[in-house]
Amino acid sequence: MNSHSSLARSQNAELWQPKRNLSKWSEQAVKYIFATFALISVATTLGIVFTLIFETFEFFQEVSIFRFLTETQWTPLFTNAKFGIWVLVSATLMTSFIAVFVALPVGLLAAICLSEYASPGLRRWLKPILEILAGVPSVVYGYFALLFVTPILQSFIPGLKTFNALSAGLVMGISILPLVASLSEDAIYAVPQSLRQGSYALGTTKRETITGVVLPAALSGIVASFVLSVSRAVGETMIVTVAAGANPTLTLDPRVPVQTMTAFIVQVSLGDAPATSLAFKTIFAVGMMLFLMTFILNVFSFWFVRRFQEKYE
Amino acid sequence: MSSNPYSAPQLPDAHSSDFQPALNKRYKLDRFFEFLTWIATFVGLLVLMMLLYDVISDGASRLSWQFISSFPSRRPAAAGLLSALVGSIWLLCVTAILSFPIGVGAGIFLEEFAPDNFFTQIIEINIGNLAAVPSIIYGLLGLQVFSRIMRPITGGPSVLTGGMTLALLILPIIIVATRESLRAVPNSLRQGGFAVGATRWQVIRNLILPQAIPGILTGTILALSRAVGETAPLITIGALTFIAFLPPLSLEGLQTDFTALPIQIYNWVSRPQPEFHTNAAAGIIVLMVVLLTMNTTAVLLRNKFQKGRI
Repeated sequence: MNSHSSLARSQNAELWQPKRNLSKWSEQAVKYIFATFALISVATTLGIVFTLIFETFEFFQEVSIFRFLTETQWTPLFTNAKFGIWVLVSATLMTSFIAVFVALPVGLLAAICLSEYASPGLRRWLKPILEILAGVPSVVYGYFALLFVTPILQSFIPGLKTFNALSAGLVMGISILPLVASLSEDAIYAVPQSLRQGSYALGTTKRETITGVVLPAALSGIVASFVLSVSRAVGETMIVTVAAGANPTLTLDPRVPVQTMTAFIVQVSLGDAPATSLAFKTIFAVGMMLFLMTFILNVFSFWFVRRFQEKYE
Repeated sequence: MSSNPYSAPQLPDAHSSDFQPALNKRYKLDRFFEFLTWIATFVGLLVLMMLLYDVISDGASRLSWQFISSFPSRRPAAAGLLSALVGSIWLLCVTAILSFPIGVGAGIFLEEFAPDNFFTQIIEINIGNLAAVPSIIYGLLGLQVFSRIMRPITGGPSVLTGGMTLALLILPIIIVATRESLRAVPNSLRQGGFAVGATRWQVIRNLILPQAIPGILTGTILALSRAVGETAPLITIGALTFIAFLPPLSLEGLQTDFTALPIQIYNWVSRPQPEFHTNAAAGIIVLMVVLLTMNTTAVLLRNKFQKGRI
């Protein structure tokens, strides 16, 4: 009787179904909650774009876009206001160029060393040190640039002002160096060993293998790391605010104070401008310019990687 | 020329052709190149040492209990960073509470739930894009959306506004770290879970997450340490530089004005008096100790759990 009923129960499929309504319901709930979380990133982008577009539009209601692009002075806080954005853009490009001039060659060579020459034991030590260097806050680099690097440079560069684009750019280069090194190293490390062996088999030396075979194979990753670090340099704020000054001048002389786009935004933010003032809208117009520059770099990097990525099995 | 049947037939002879292996020259170039790469590697190390030496030699003498337990002041010798330190701790907590669940949730969705369609690809490209947006742009977003439009909730440039802005800033880092840790868990574990009849969420919660959580935590701590050092977005949302009170430990505390360690350091650096620069150096030491502690924790966590991986 007993065994018969258990047999009947086993044949009754309904009794065999575990109670899964609850777990199925929670599965759906979790899925939708997490999907909402993922959408927050999209909302962030939309928020950034709409905020910038809206305030920039307001700004161009008061200042014509022609003045914005053609004037050669930047004095939005004066009574006789001038809005020549190129003054800020040129300062940003100059400091970024100096930074990139340091960071790209040094970073790439360091990446080659870490991937090709350093022993695994040394690598284990060097990579965390690079990570520490990458983790130093930019305000600390700003302190270093203003109070350590500038006095040293002043001792042998005549006419170097206390605030200058040169030392800000150099220190900025050091600050983005770990980014170039670690991303390029990832790309170089990912090149399959068989390519190197093939090259050695043709009788090349190690350097010829690296420059002739490994680097071209890792090109897309290296360029992506370059582009990312350029956009870091363009958007870097505290180093240039502390060490490059707040003096908007249209110049190519790296020894004098300049004001970058980011430094201007900081200057206005510290000044407590009322939300309806023109100065307040100006920082969004400058922010829009900054966002466009980094966005174009980003799109270029994306296209380049798509176009030139080598896939190895 | 040669009767050896094994020699290559009629190839240009090494002695009669122009080919010069010039190995001496090439090896010399090789050594020079290797030397250059070593120099480049140690440039970073050298600068880090100089930076640490500079900061410590400038600021170590200023470090004292008085410095840590005093409010900012116009007199450099009486100034301290109590409000900045407490403000940074508040910010860290708010940022962590907001960004950790959202970042991990989004990472889990993209890696485990999301179908591979156009919509998911948009989100992925978007996250890649967000990681390259300068932090000061996030500050502008926080200023407009959190500090102005949501003022009734956040109370203007408050701890909550700062925390939300920083949370958005580090969200892409946490999402990427979460996805990488989930991807590192072998698929056989998932298949085993499904084979015994678990739902997807049960598999994730009971099998995948316990394996992935060390990697996720490491990524989160590194992201948070970046948030602690951020200055530009906080200045942009309108955080004050001079605060002589501590936020009350309550929900209202979230809506009070704040300052943070990097802002205080910036404030001191930008003053002309050298005494304030000494304060800045001492502040930097405190900030670097906080950051190094966080980073070391993250690295130790990673090393400890990497060994016990399946």
